[in-house]
Amino acid sequence: MSEQKTNPEQNRRIRVLVAKPGLDGHDRGAKVVARALRDAGMEVIYTGLRQTPEMIAEAALQEDVDVVGLSILSGAHMALAPRVLELLKANGQEQVKVFIGGIIPDEDLPRLKEMGVAGVYGPGASTEDIIREVKEAGTG
Amino acid sequence: MGLVEEILSGNRLALTRLLTQVENDTTEGRSALTELFPHTGSAHLIGVTGAPGTGKSSLVNQLALHFRKQEDRRVAIVAVDPSSPFTGGAVLGDRVRMRDLAGDPGVFIRSMASRGSLGGLAQATAGLVQVFDAAGFDVILIETVGAGQSEVDVARLAHTTLVVEAPGLGDDIQAIKAGILEIADILVVNKADRPGVENTLNALKSTLELAHPVRHVFQHHGVQEVVEIPDAPTYNSWIPPIQKTVATEGTGVPELAAEIARHAEHLRQSGDWAARERSRLGSELDAMLQEMLVTRFRESVPEARYEEVLERVFQRDLAPWEAVKILLNGNVK
Repeated sequence: MSEQKTNPEQNRRIRVLVAKPGLDGHDRGAKVVARALRDAGMEVIYTGLRQTPEMIAEAALQEDVDVVGLSILSGAHMALAPRVLELLKANGQEQVKVFIGGIIPDEDLPRLKEMGVAGVYGPGASTEDIIREVKEAGTG
Repeated sequence: MGLVEEILSGNRLALTRLLTQVENDTTEGRSALTELFPHTGSAHLIGVTGAPGTGKSSLVNQLALHFRKQEDRRVAIVAVDPSSPFTGGAVLGDRVRMRDLAGDPGVFIRSMASRGSLGGLAQATAGLVQVFDAAGFDVILIETVGAGQSEVDVARLAHTTLVVEAPGLGDDIQAIKAGILEIADILVVNKADRPGVENTLNALKSTLELAHPVRHVFQHHGVQEVVEIPDAPTYNSWIPPIQKTVATEGTGVPELAAEIARHAEHLRQSGDWAARERSRLGSELDAMLQEMLVTRFRESVPEARYEEVLERVFQRDLAPWEAVKILLNGNVK
């Protein structure tokens, strides 16, 4: 049971930004996911409601996160998601994986994937799936 | 350009990546800290502590706004929230209260999980503060986890420590207990628009008077009597002021910033600034020595031997102090 205090791999924690862009005020889902990721041992930075893509990218940079989770229930995902991806890239954080949770119509999925969104979770998605995929994205 | 030059020239991507290295205590992080060290020592480190829900994050938000708008100083914020003792995970939510600072390149906010430390800060907080200091931030606000009574590490790290209270959290017995109130350079009574604020103010005032007796002049049977302060320190004495604020509206924040400036001036005039720096560096050095010595020692003891001694302690065959002696002296008993 010897503890290697300076072992960086052991010290490393997956850092996830959970953000709510756009104008809808429903953050129950975001909080459920934040809590689930916390319980899976990750460090989750929660930003609160009504964030602009600029604010999200800035927070992702300052917090040096591995993963960004966007919770979007307003239907504006086809405008918000590409803007966040673009800003992350402009900041030199193209390696950061972006996930979306919320109400996303099936027909938008291929285009979101094309843009570089790593995963999309609708209502009824299991937290086990989310945890597993975020973990993979964060360690990869 | 090397990492250190990138940091000194203000590259935010390099800065954020270095903060992660330092937080994870990697070899790169340690060597960068070594190189950056000569560039540290000019920032004013302000600690903000207090019980959960007293409004620390909102106050930090308002103070940072003030330093940016009124004083044009660059501000870094290190906000610590607790890690789960079971999973090691954390939800870091201090940014929620700091949205007014978004979009300002003169502000850098970094959230940290406490990762098992119990003193209100994380083990790597001092390292992160050093990086910000070297990167040229003028003010570094350090927000602790919601602290109860003995999370006082921040006072060792900061030049100026604010202890934030709010109405309705405790009576005057809470106020005379040892611990968090003693480390305050400035006491802030936040949420001062709430009922009960006078009680909180009075309790804090009487606590301060116990610690800092004042000269009393009064009439006794028509004779003017003076009670002098015993051994009054005429120099070097700082009596913590109490400042009322309503952080959500910014009320009292300019006055609080003025008290912070007055405290910094006092530290410089009295020589306490240097004294605090010295004792802080001393305790950091001690902590590092301890860690290194323990690591080095554990490497020198074969795992099997350690387990054997531990087993004997477990069997109540050896007391822990005897075990330590045996391990340190290296002779099998």
